Amino acid sequence: MIRLERRPAPSRAWAWATPLLAVLATMVAGGLLFAFLGKDPLLVIRTIFWDPVLGEFAFYYRGQLLVKAGPLILIAIGLSLGFRAGVWNIGAEGQYIMGAICGAAVGLAFYPMEARWLIFPMMVLAGGLGGFLWAMIPGILRTRFNTNEILVSLLLVYVAEQILAWMALGPLRSPDGAGFPGSRNLRHYDAAANHELIAGSGMHWGVVAAFVAVILSHVLLTRHILGFNIRLAGASPRAARFAGVSPGWLVLTCLGVSGALAGLAGLFEVAGPAGQINIDFNVGYGFTAIIVAFLGRLHPVGIMLAGFLMALTYIGGEAAQATLGVPAAAIQAFQGMLLFFLLALDVMTNYRVRVDVRARA
Amino acid sequence: MGRSVRRDPGSDGAARVSTPLLEVQGLRKAYPGVVANDDVSFSARRGEVHALLGENGAGKSTLVKTVYGLLRPDDGRMQLDGRVYAPASPHDARQAGVAMVFQHFSLFEALDVAENVALGMEVPPPMRELATRIRDVSETYGLPLDPSRLVGTLSAGERQRVEIIRCLLQDPQVLIMDEPTSVLTPQEVAILFETLKRLRAEGKLILYISHKLEEIRALCDWATILRHGKVTGSCDPRQKSARELAETMVGSELALPAARTQDPGEVALSIAGLTAASGAAFGTELKNISLEVRRGEILGIGGVAGNGQDELLAALSGESRSAPDSILLGDLPIGSFGPNERRALGVLAAPEERLGHATAPDMNLIENAALSGRHRMRMVSRGFVNWRKARAHAEHVIKQFDVRVPGAGSVARSLSGGNLQKFVIGREILQQPDVLVVNQPTWGLDAAAAAAIRQSLLDLASQGAAVIVISQDLDELMEISTRFSALNEGRLSEPRDAAGLTLEEIGLMLGGAHDLEIGQGSSGPERAVGPGETVP
Repeated sequence: MIRLERRPAPSRAWAWATPLLAVLATMVAGGLLFAFLGKDPLLVIRTIFWDPVLGEFAFYYRGQLLVKAGPLILIAIGLSLGFRAGVWNIGAEGQYIMGAICGAAVGLAFYPMEARWLIFPMMVLAGGLGGFLWAMIPGILRTRFNTNEILVSLLLVYVAEQILAWMALGPLRSPDGAGFPGSRNLRHYDAAANHELIAGSGMHWGVVAAFVAVILSHVLLTRHILGFNIRLAGASPRAARFAGVSPGWLVLTCLGVSGALAGLAGLFEVAGPAGQINIDFNVGYGFTAIIVAFLGRLHPVGIMLAGFLMALTYIGGEAAQATLGVPAAAIQAFQGMLLFFLLALDVMTNYRVRVDVRARA
Repeated sequence: MGRSVRRDPGSDGAARVSTPLLEVQGLRKAYPGVVANDDVSFSARRGEVHALLGENGAGKSTLVKTVYGLLRPDDGRMQLDGRVYAPASPHDARQAGVAMVFQHFSLFEALDVAENVALGMEVPPPMRELATRIRDVSETYGLPLDPSRLVGTLSAGERQRVEIIRCLLQDPQVLIMDEPTSVLTPQEVAILFETLKRLRAEGKLILYISHKLEEIRALCDWATILRHGKVTGSCDPRQKSARELAETMVGSELALPAARTQDPGEVALSIAGLTAASGAAFGTELKNISLEVRRGEILGIGGVAGNGQDELLAALSGESRSAPDSILLGDLPIGSFGPNERRALGVLAAPEERLGHATAPDMNLIENAALSGRHRMRMVSRGFVNWRKARAHAEHVIKQFDVRVPGAGSVARSLSGGNLQKFVIGREILQQPDVLVVNQPTWGLDAAAAAAIRQSLLDLASQGAAVIVISQDLDELMEISTRFSALNEGRLSEPRDAAGLTLEEIGLMLGGAHDLEIGQGSSGPERAVGPGETVP
């Protein structure tokens, strides 16, 4: 008989090994999936994980790595604070959209003014604020009426998508766009653009913000009383109450911070890589960031590494789609497997497997 | 260690000549890192209440779980009635005539008594017949119980009766009882003992696990004493004093608490007319609670758990708020203050649940020291935690309170109950509180750890702090309280001087005086039944 037995203390070795094993298991299971799809599994895996970094066309992909990893890391850092506290913001995608809309709207409102020193910072503020306020809806509903923030924040993603479509077709539609949906392209409006800081590197202000967030959240979690309260509330809600932590206040803080960071990610994306508010603006960063947060073990440095790994699967996945004809859904399933294996293997951190040799009498 | 009573089990002369019903030989059971039972041997005969006595972690539970077929031993063998007995499951054990009443009940509150009993049977008879049989058994053994009552409406003592009757319907030869009196009022204990004595007279063997030495001396015919998984002695507990038993159990001299201070100071904290709904789903509402506690005294609050203890602690710790002037610290109304504001003023608390309320299980002792000590021990400046101070506080507690742990970096859940409780109490005491409120400070602890904690509470009071001890353990409260009161269904009885109280008076306070007027109603759960008296 095989049994799981709780460890007296969590295993450090397993805590470190789990993400690596999860990646390996995903490669194996994903390879099988691709094999069933009639592709050469080794080739697909190589296309996803190897070529973007070290392959022939890596010079093109490397810049993309920061572009994709930036928003993932920025959003995941915010989410990880909530997840640590037991506050489940699943709607970062919606907050990302709302941040982008608010930030872009502020920028577009000033068009064609040239004062970048004023306009860009105001857009950043508006972006953060948009995400913050959108996250306050599940926050206030939870603290006032005890609704479930998982459901509310998730459903608000679809509301945000509707608003996005309305904005792209209505209020924010470019007057010079010949009736096509989509706002003016902010990249062509210097005062509002989030340009690459070093040409070809993919480095823009959003990536800088992501790295700053990694450092600040690490300091917050290890040194600051708020970080301690967050960890305490997640580890044991009753002990947190005993320690004087107000649960409602913590819910609002966590949702607010994660919403604001998701909003910022949206703003930097719309003013930079995406360029405009359009119907297809959001590509699922807000959801993928959930995987990133867990893959990084809710640890800031881990999240940074996980963000790069997920960015790689995005880029490599696109390459696999383009060159090998692997369906997009297979790539998404592949990303989902990563979370699945991670959570499954995570059991080993707190439990060990025991095999009873002796059979039942 | 075990010097005075080490004898071969069963070789104690004329008192134990009849052939044993249950014989255990060389039983061994090891878990990773600990040997729970090591070469355990004892024998018990028919018509005996046989105590298994030992500290927490001595291996009593492992032993009876092995007898009941829940665990399989690594080595050793058992005989039941002269035949080899090796139950692979509780089902086998029941077939062989071994039944067990657990410390924690497994009953469905939404079902009635008969339905609950039927659920535990292999082949339940028709309901009507079952109800008759339940009534018969409950009358035969003096366990008043109505088979049609919903279990959700029963007291803890009545629920235990359901479990006992469930066992008795199988007509067992061996009945195992794990800490049966921990949830009972003194009157309910009296009823239980009467039942056990009748079972003994019928020739059944009762294996009785308890920490409570007086109880074992009153009830049991023979005791096997375990320590660190080994049998360290066996004796007739009626021939020994509680102190001798405790010494064998603990293996070292008990520290007897010093005398309490005699003249209390001014009122430190008072509650006037506090009424508070419970935050928990099945909690108890506090009804018009009033009390005063003075500097230098210990106010003991007795009562069976679930009668508002958790709610009273929460109201005092600040986890639940009330009207400002319902709680006064000196003259200062603090009812609306949160836990940290109260801590700043010197009102500290230690909740009952050590893991998950007093401490976060997966956090280490340094972090858990910061949990309650952050402000009073000045661990936080400008929002940043000074972990060196937190570590210093944790290490101070570990040293002063003899917390046995590899280091302050150990996570709370890796500590044994006694060590963690010493940490929890020490963490508050070393913050030098003016008022300390503790709930069930020694619950489930072995005698040595419990004595150490009681002593530290007495010391704190003698240094001029006001201490409120909420506890189910009456012996404990009698030992340390200056004044005594009891919680029953959210009402607090008028506190009285502990010196001179009789057991009857205490029982009445625990049961709530309002039960007296109900008088002879057959459903009164707390009604005392004298020896030999049969309940209609």
